[in-house]
This record gives sequence, C-alpha cells and structure tokens, in this order.
Amino acid sequence: MSQMNLLQAINNALDIAMEKDDKVVCFGEDVGFFGGVFRATSHLQEKYGRARCFNTPLVEQGIIGFANGLASQGHKPVAEIQFGDYIFPAFDQIVNETAKFRYRSGNEFDVGGLTIRTPYGGGIKGGHYHSQSPEAYFAHTPGLKIVVPRNPHQAKGLLLASIRDENPVIFFEPKRLYRASVGDVPEEDYELPIGKADVVREGSDITLLAWGAQMEIISDAAEKADKDGIDCEVIDLRSILPWDIETVVSSVQKTGRLLISHEAPLTNGFGAEIAATVQEEAFLSLESPIMRVCGLDVPYPLAHETEYMPDATKVYEAIKRSIHY
Amino acid sequence: MSQSTVHKPELMDENLLSIPTFKLLKQDGTLYQGASAPDFSEDFAVKVYQDLVFTRVLDERMINAQRQGRIPFYLASLGEEAASVGSAAALSDHDMIFAQYREQGALRLRGFTAQQFMDQCFSNELDLGKGRQMPIHYGSKALNYMTISSPLATQIPQAAGYAYGQKLAGLDAVTICYFGEGAASEGDFHAGVNMAAVLNCPTLFLCRNNGYAISTPADEQFKGDGVASRGIGYGIKTIRVDGNDLLAMYEATRIARDYALENNAPVLIEAMSYRLGAHSTSDDPTGYRSKDEEAKWAKKDPVLRYKHWLTKQGWWDDDKEKALYAEYREDILSQMKAAEKRPVPTLDHLIEDVYDQPSDQLRKQLSELKQHIRQYPDNYPKTAGRLDA
Repeated sequence: MSQMNLLQAINNALDIAMEKDDKVVCFGEDVGFFGGVFRATSHLQEKYGRARCFNTPLVEQGIIGFANGLASQGHKPVAEIQFGDYIFPAFDQIVNETAKFRYRSGNEFDVGGLTIRTPYGGGIKGGHYHSQSPEAYFAHTPGLKIVVPRNPHQAKGLLLASIRDENPVIFFEPKRLYRASVGDVPEEDYELPIGKADVVREGSDITLLAWGAQMEIISDAAEKADKDGIDCEVIDLRSILPWDIETVVSSVQKTGRLLISHEAPLTNGFGAEIAATVQEEAFLSLESPIMRVCGLDVPYPLAHETEYMPDATKVYEAIKRSIHY
Repeated sequence: MSQSTVHKPELMDENLLSIPTFKLLKQDGTLYQGASAPDFSEDFAVKVYQDLVFTRVLDERMINAQRQGRIPFYLASLGEEAASVGSAAALSDHDMIFAQYREQGALRLRGFTAQQFMDQCFSNELDLGKGRQMPIHYGSKALNYMTISSPLATQIPQAAGYAYGQKLAGLDAVTICYFGEGAASEGDFHAGVNMAAVLNCPTLFLCRNNGYAISTPADEQFKGDGVASRGIGYGIKTIRVDGNDLLAMYEATRIARDYALENNAPVLIEAMSYRLGAHSTSDDPTGYRSKDEEAKWAKKDPVLRYKHWLTKQGWWDDDKEKALYAEYREDILSQMKAAEKRPVPTLDHLIEDVYDQPSDQLRKQLSELKQHIRQYPDNYPKTAGRLDA
C-alpha cells in the first residue's frame, strides 16, 4: 500500500498497463513529454518511448478516429480527451464508429481495446467548458461502457479493468478530486469489476445513489442525516453503462426509498433512467417518490457555481423530504 | 516551415500550385509518348481485367435487382472501376483497405466471391456482417477489407491509426484509405491526413474525385486545385492521376506504397474520374447534370481503355470477352437466386456483438421480444417459426 492521490493512481495504472502489455499506447493533446495538463501521463514517454506515448495534433475527432483505427488493428489505445467538455467534436467517431464497430461488422472487426480517458465535472470554477458531466449523452449508446471512479483506489482498479476489457470504455475522471482525494492504493496490479455497483455504507431507511465526485457529497449528507437518526444506505454506481440494476433494486426493496444525485443537468440525466427502471422493478417497495438532486437545466455557470451544484445541503434536505413524505 | 522573408506585402496566389495529371494510357489502348507500361505478366493483366468486368456485371445486375424490389438499396461504381481495381492491384494482400462504399472492385480483386457479395446485399444468414447493415457495406477480415460504414470520412483518421498500428507491430504493410472528393470536405479528412503526416503513418489516402457528391458538383465543394493541392499543405507526398487509366493508377499506387513503407509517411493520391451512373438507386442525376456531359465521359470508359491495351498485347479477344461476360452473368444470377432464398440470421444475432458478450439487460430484452413474437407470430413471419433455432 502507498498513499496516492487520484492522478497518481491513474498514472500508476497506466504505467502498469504499459509495462505488462506492449499493445497499450497512450496519446492525446500534451500527453507526451509534458505528461498531460493534469500530469496523468507523467514519465510514460520517458519510460516507454515516443512511439507508445505521444502528443497528437489538437483535433478531438482525429484522436478518437485514430484510436478506433489503432484498436481495430489489435492495439489497446488509451486516448485522452483533455476535458470532457471537448469530447463533443469526437461524438460522431464515438457514437457512430466506436460503439458500432463490432456489431456492424458481424464481429469481423472490433475496437474492444480502446479506452477513452477524460476529466469531467465541476467545482473548480471551470465555467461552461471545464465543468461538464457528459455521461448521459453516451449512456444512450449501445456498444459503449462508461465508468466513473470515486477515489484513487477505485480509479486504479477500474482503469486497469477498462484498458483490459474487450469493449470500448469511456473513463470519466472526477477532476475536482485529482489532487484532493488521497488514499491507500495497493502498489500491485489489481482490477475492480466493470458493471458492478459498490455499497459503501449499509443502511435501512433510504438508498442514496451517485457516482464519481458526487459520492463525497452524498456521503456527507448521509452523515448529517445520521445525526437525525436517519440510516442511509450509500451506493456508488461506478459503471453507468452497463449499470448494476440488481444491486440498486435490491437496496431499494430493503429501504423503500431512493435518492439519486448527479452534477449533470436534471432533464434526461442518467438519474432519469435509474428512476424509471427502479419504479418498474421495485414499484411495490417504494414508500416515497424517487428523489433526484441534480444540476439545474442550465449551462454550467461560473458565478453561481455553488448554487448550481447538488451539494450536501440539497441532498440532506431531499433525504428529509423523502423520509417525511 | 519556410524561413524566407519578403518586405513588401504580397498575397500568395491560389493558382501557385497547379498539379498535373499523371497518364499512361490513351483511350485507344496505346501509350502516351514517353510513357511506359508497368511490368504486368499476362496472367496478372488478365486477372485485373476480369475483376473490372466482374464489377461492371455485378453493378448492372444489382441495380436491376433493386429496381425489381429484391434488395432495398444499391450503389454502383460505373466509370470508376479502374480507380479502385488499379490501385488495389498495386498492393500486397497484407495491406489493409478502408473503403468508402464505391470500391467493390478492390474487394473483388482481393477475392470476394459472387456468393459473398449476394449474401451481404440480401442480408441473409451467411452474410459476414450478419445482416445488420445496408447493402454494399461489405467487410472481410480474411481479405483485410475493413467493414464499410455510412458516415462519410470517418474511416480517414481510422486508416491513419491502423497504419500506425501496423508500423508499431513491425508489419511490412500499409493501409489504403478510399474516399470521394465530397467526403474530403469533412473535418475527419483534415484530422486524418494531418495526423498521418505528423505521426508518420504509412497510409495511402486515395481520393476518387468523380466530379459530384450526389448532386453537388465539385466546384461547389472546394475552390482550390482539387483535393491534391491540400496534400502539399499537410506536408505529404502527393500525386494526381487519371482515374480512368488503370495502368497509371497502378503505377502511382505502386510508387506511393514503396515510398510510404520506406519512409513511414503518408501519400495522397487524387484519382480524377467521373461518376457515370447515379449516386445510388435513390438518386436520379438527370435533375442536376447534362446528357452531353455524361456522353463525353462515357467515351473515356476505363474498362474499355484497359481492354484495348490488353488486346494490343495479344492477351485478349472477342471470344474471351463474350465467354467472360456470360460466365459472370450466370454466376451472379445463380448466386442471387440462392442468396434471396436464404433466411435472415436467427433472432439471437440481434443482441450479439453489441458487446463481446450480451449484457444482462440485453438478454432480458431479447427474452421479452421472443415472448412477444410467440404471442403474435403472424406479425413477425421472418422469425416466428425459428425462434429457438
């Protein structure tokens, strides 16, 4: 075990993946010698050479198009998009190409080796284009897997699993926690399962569900509610696609209440999919309407960032409304 | 970047770059003065001609099949057969082909059979693509022919990445990427060619400039000197070729391939041709271009030009010609009849290959669908009788 922050855990995972498999190749804007604007790829070029860790021209659709081709050739590209906010120029390559590659060819070809890493989320005074959480856009696309870690230990295990998964994975990294989240991380190689939620705190009164940086927020709210005698079960979804319906539904069948929280705007956010599924699967267990504590349906604001964010106070208030419904 | 300076302002003229067209063969089958033919053996030269003829017969039959309502869609390569067959003939079988959708000749040259073409067009259970894509979206791993997709130009940066992978793996191979002059207006053209240049990828970018993107003439597509002039701007070796001249297409591709392999660098080839047919079976070109223009280009028929050359070598005659057309018409027609009788893939294929393994959610959706079909079998005649196949 050693203490690592989230970036160090990601860097460590990339290092292990590249060391163990020479098919793993890392690239993106400023990823090469400089090591990435957040330093996630530090020292990888020195260690593995320019052919396996390199800068690309500044063109997101090209980065992912190139990565699709490289993956279809049999390599395992780990492509970085500098901010999740700038993934949209590559939307066509991801949605029409990456996601459909295996299906449309009848499994003649696939891009299963591809992993797309990108920082996401707010709380850093990033305004419109350094704060977005675009996971729901991609969750509507069969063929992709979507993973979001909450801390350094999760980040390393989930990233190693994503790189080695036989399917293309978008790996959203909570940039607010890059340096803020520090924890024990095993130095050895390990993987955490994709598609499985993680029950981080057991409880009996209400299920709180989130992912990524929002886990810290709902855990704080759970602590607050605990002082009022409300016993919260806290679940980290970890994988948005495919998502762990079974763990979430069985938790709600036990608690009878569900609160979902995400930074992204409310309307058509991934919380809507979860709420619809849970009301279908656990209708008779529900004792109050499913609560969604999310961003507002506005572009991510600068001056009113604090007010926009689904913070612990908002989550705490929604817990009380659910309990007293 | 150039270090030279000037001290009076002068706008560079866009006509500064005027790229000539490489030609070897005249329409009567003789060579231009000073031109020399590539070193074709008789067997190879005849094989190439057979692939041109096959492509032509295939297109003619399939357009009719679409008009008869037997397949939903088709897209012919009439007038451009030499551009794809001539270039592909200069490649090694290990080289990867990324096509747009009008390069069936290159696929035939690689060995795709009449049955394989038919099974894809009829989306039956023998289609390598499992009946999931529209007709003409061919692909074959065994033949190193990447499965075609409809979104234009997406294959261009992919071809750069594929070639980079071949280089990393130490393979003695290049990737060729075909696209039309319309697709070259997409952002992915810029992305792919620039990345291949900067990242030293052995990729051959082959633009079929056939004058039209559906109804849009090339002069509404770009202002510069075609697509070739852009290659120079990206800092890569570039050549413009008469796309109706099979020998020139072959020679240009051969030297481009050698250069790409030796230097780990891309090359841009612009094949000047003309789309003699409609864009697709969903298009009628009489609404946007003249019969005179079409007639002018029909006289430049690339298949006929190559046939004249082949005949002058003493390698071809009318009897062989008749027999070949009869053989291909029969082959394609009989395979068509067989393909349209084959059932569609079983319903389980609906959820396979979305991922390497179907997710629990997908298995659940399939099981609910099967239950529904069992309840209303008359509404789903293609699958109701073989749900558990």
